[in-house]
Amino acid sequence: MLDELDIEDTAYSFAYLDAQTKRMVRRSILKAVAIPGYQVPFGSREMPLPPGWGTGGIQVTAALLGRDDRLKVIDQGADDTANAVSIRRFFARVAGIATTERTEEATIVQTRHRIPEAPLREDQILVFQVPQPEPLRRLVPEEFHSRRIHAFANYGLMHVMLYENIARYGHIAMSHNYPVRVHGRYLTSPSPIPKFDNPKLHRNPALALFGAGRERRIYAIPPYTDVKSLDFDDYPFEVQRWSTACSLCGATESYLDEVLLDDKGNRTFVCSDTAYCAGRREKGAAA
Amino acid sequence: MSAREPILDVRNVDKRYGETVACEDVSFTLRRGEVLGIVGESGSGKTTLLRCLAGRLAPDSGEILVDIPGLGRSDIVAMDEARREQALPLALSLVHQNPRDGIRLDISAGGNISEPLMGQGRRHYGDLRSVALHWLKRVEIAPGRIDSLARTFSGGMQQRLQIARCLVTHPQLVLMDEPTGGLDVSVQARLLDLLRGLVRELGIAAVVVTHDLAVVRLLADRLMVMQRGRVIEEGLTDQVLDDPHHPYTQLLASSVLQA
Repeated sequence: MLDELDIEDTAYSFAYLDAQTKRMVRRSILKAVAIPGYQVPFGSREMPLPPGWGTGGIQVTAALLGRDDRLKVIDQGADDTANAVSIRRFFARVAGIATTERTEEATIVQTRHRIPEAPLREDQILVFQVPQPEPLRRLVPEEFHSRRIHAFANYGLMHVMLYENIARYGHIAMSHNYPVRVHGRYLTSPSPIPKFDNPKLHRNPALALFGAGRERRIYAIPPYTDVKSLDFDDYPFEVQRWSTACSLCGATESYLDEVLLDDKGNRTFVCSDTAYCAGRREKGAAA
Repeated sequence: MSAREPILDVRNVDKRYGETVACEDVSFTLRRGEVLGIVGESGSGKTTLLRCLAGRLAPDSGEILVDIPGLGRSDIVAMDEARREQALPLALSLVHQNPRDGIRLDISAGGNISEPLMGQGRRHYGDLRSVALHWLKRVEIAPGRIDSLARTFSGGMQQRLQIARCLVTHPQLVLMDEPTGGLDVSVQARLLDLLRGLVRELGIAAVVVTHDLAVVRLLADRLMVMQRGRVIEEGLTDQVLDDPHHPYTQLLASSVLQA
């Protein structure tokens, strides 16, 4: 879709957005970094892809990119899905920057629904695409009320949702978009990443930026910031575990996707992070 | 009766909506364990006064001193908003006329009762659960309904659930806005019975706003009659109702239908 645009190098600013817009987005990013977990409003622009496909993420990425950056884009952990491929090619075309599929080589990683398995460094930035930045939205429909709740840090309500989960299912049944407290202050949505990835946000050396294009919000988790997943004393936070290893690389520590093989019920599990899986196989760790 | 210190001290509260006077120079003192009834016709400023006491509305002038645990006597009018939001729920809770304003319909009964406790930082599911069960029994809701959504409850049950949710934090002061409004007579009678029992047993101070004289007759020690934003008569409940002095109070007392 993005490839079909006839974008001449000379007709567009570097990285698509004009200088004024990038400056506005950068101001919002700076404010977001200064107040960890706080949702900063910004003037989201029309982008050449539909809202819900990562308009917030690519505006943040566009504002961050410099000529020497190397960009990696993943969608559900994979580098080769349509959304990831087209966003990566979009920036290769409008910014002329280098791209990569290797997490270690990237300076900016734009992601949807996952955090890479490979540990991130201080010189890397993680950009999340966020559909709904407000963690309270399912409980509080009005923006006026949710902002008051944030202002007074009156977050008992979020625990009501966990309570209801335990009462109904016997455990906390939220598997992704699991709410966190950032720096002991703001209740924050980690975007729809699996809760498996929540512990990676805690004291991560890399800067994490979250862009929600449709909802016009940017927020951030600065490097080495405390991130705590909500839980109860007697029902502590737990991540998903699998009884099998990745059938391609044999990894037991990674987040696994279940893949159906045929219509007879045969299935297998593979790493959702394709770059991690490929890297392990190159090193000869195949199962 | 032994001398008890005041839990609520209201001094010269004024509230106007433009030219309309809602409350004018209202002053009263409420002591621990005392129940004050406020009656008056529609538009006499009862609900406005109650909303001021609950910190939901800022009066134009006057002082409202509340004895807040940990803070002592504090003027909630002068207090900053963030502090008030944090401190006031420790001291008092508000029972709305319509239970749908005071509970969450899409949340189970147990969740509704536990929410104020979680707001105070209680984080043990098992404890919350047993407190919720205890309060369901207190307000005569079958413990088996703990996981039913509040939406599935009848009006009377929803009102009892709201009362449980308001009392679970053991506030010293409860404000009630027409607690029996919109309920049928037999349900009203049961609810009044329950409220009277709880208030007496827990030694809670309460302000009950109503236009139903039977409610104040049963619940209130003292009575305040309001008309056009002013307090026109005040005294012991039986005294005011049996020997009304002000013409409006006389009208009010004589307007009650005898069954």
